[in-house]
Amino acid sequence: MRITQGTFSFLPDLTNSEITAQIQYALDQGWAIGVEFTDDPHPRNFYWDLWGNPMFDLKDAAGALTEVTACRRAHPQYYIRVNAFDATRGFETTRLSFIVNRPTNEPGFQLKRTEVGGRQIQYTIESYATEAPEGRRYE
Amino acid sequence: MGSQAERYKSGVLPYAQMGYWDADYEPKQTDIIALFRITPQDGVDPIEAAAAVAGESSTATWTVVWTDRLTACDNYRAKAYRVDPVPGAPGQYFSYIAYDLDLFEEGSIANLTASIIGNVFGFKPLKALRLEDMRIPVAYLKTFQGPPTGIVVERERLDKFGRPLLGATTKPKLGLSSKNYGRVVYEALKGGLDFVKDDENINSQPFMHWRDRFLYCMEAVNKAAAATGEVKGHYLNVTAATMEDMYERADFAKELGSCIVMIDLVIGYTAIQSMAKWARRNDMVLHLHRAGHGTYTRQKTHGVSFRVIAKWMRMAGVDHIHAGTIVGKLEGDPNVIKGIYSICRDSFTKKNPEQGVFFDQDWAGLRKVMPVASGGIHAGQMHQLITYLGEDVILQFGGGTIGHPQGIQAGATANRVALEVMIKARNEGRDIWNEGPQILAAAARWCSPLRAALDTWKDVTFNYQSTDTADFVPTATPA
Repeated sequence: MRITQGTFSFLPDLTNSEITAQIQYALDQGWAIGVEFTDDPHPRNFYWDLWGNPMFDLKDAAGALTEVTACRRAHPQYYIRVNAFDATRGFETTRLSFIVNRPTNEPGFQLKRTEVGGRQIQYTIESYATEAPEGRRYE
Repeated sequence: MGSQAERYKSGVLPYAQMGYWDADYEPKQTDIIALFRITPQDGVDPIEAAAAVAGESSTATWTVVWTDRLTACDNYRAKAYRVDPVPGAPGQYFSYIAYDLDLFEEGSIANLTASIIGNVFGFKPLKALRLEDMRIPVAYLKTFQGPPTGIVVERERLDKFGRPLLGATTKPKLGLSSKNYGRVVYEALKGGLDFVKDDENINSQPFMHWRDRFLYCMEAVNKAAAATGEVKGHYLNVTAATMEDMYERADFAKELGSCIVMIDLVIGYTAIQSMAKWARRNDMVLHLHRAGHGTYTRQKTHGVSFRVIAKWMRMAGVDHIHAGTIVGKLEGDPNVIKGIYSICRDSFTKKNPEQGVFFDQDWAGLRKVMPVASGGIHAGQMHQLITYLGEDVILQFGGGTIGHPQGIQAGATANRVALEVMIKARNEGRDIWNEGPQILAAAARWCSPLRAALDTWKDVTFNYQSTDTADFVPTATPA
């Protein structure tokens, strides 16, 4: 399967120049770029690991792409995403977030159903990958 | 006006002389201001008509009463202070009326509206009356909870950024069994939509009991989330005959793990505020379908404009509100719709008469409402939708998903691909308004569902004259 989190997951994987264009757009809006990575792609895993702090003073998209490339080199089989943070009052949140790296094989999620009272079912979503410990999930 | 004794002599006085007209009045920061479009009966002076509206929406009755003199009555009299002819509409006037804050109960839309749109709308000396806009002072806004979730927190909860959200309403809206209904929900979510929605009149009918619907829909939501790795949702409509029924349905939705519930505007302002508090208490996104509004918002001369309803709903506290599509099948002049979207999404809405917005409105930190565009829209209009409506909006393609020739999943995929490719192009600096069709055509070369969608709906447009338009036209500025 292909996890479709992030702004552009229904498109073919973005090339480096396409990634640079999106980063440039974010910088032009005055947003700060951050790179994050994880091997736990559960849709409610909100805290991916930070590849350093968001780059608040960065003006040049090429610099951000260097960080993406370095993160890819360190974690080639992880999910990596680029986030853009907007500090404007009324937003103060992520404004753009897209995946720039995926493991070769994405095994996806199991839907666990626990039958409880009546016809009710309690649902849990579990990533097949996270059955292995962190760091050994997409080897 | 002479002495107090003369003023309070039994009998009938013109409203303007009773103290409801004051051309020199300077509204206070804390006043609520209402702008009415009045159409006086033939022979009725517009200033007297405006004073009558001020009187009938505040303290006045048709005759002088001595009991006024037991009160600080001047304080409680609403004051009409400005009357302007409506451009290009003979016989109609914009009348500005200021109300002291003490006239209103804190945090109550019911109380606010009982005055502002109470008896006065049936008042005989007027042919017609329309509430066009209101300025709500910060002091009053601060007594309202507002949206339980708001755009920012909703996006963070859903983990969806940088693009409009995508939805669809299950069709046919009536008649499906719960199991078949859940099938539509699953297919649309798995294909790429973020939300599916009950329609306004899906409650608990003989063909589908509400509990059955909730159970099957949650199976569909969870199965689609597992299949995609994304947070998915279905607006479970909890609209019912009584508050007790609505709470029961909403509690069940929560128990099943739904992230969102839905209500209809027809449940009334008080019920909406109750559900807003329930939603805040239960970490639930609250979707409002504006069923019924067209009966009083659409005609320009009489009723309440939708921008006022949108203000009231932001105060009452809903997270989503249907606010027009511009390009779809339902009423929507581009300027008027932009004004309504500003009211939903701004931190500070600037006066903009060309968009029907007559006052600066400081929203005092009240959370933002996500506007929903729904009704007769399809993937081929993506560039127009994004240009007009921006990013913080939910685009709902019901027929445009479920009616896809290759099936519901394909319909959803077509919409999602069209959306992502258009956002990407916009961010790359392309002129999507003009290049939109080429951008879609290029994506359709590798995405066959999008190709089929474009082929099926390419010529569908709804070009009719709008009824509810702004009265001030943009003046051309020299280049």
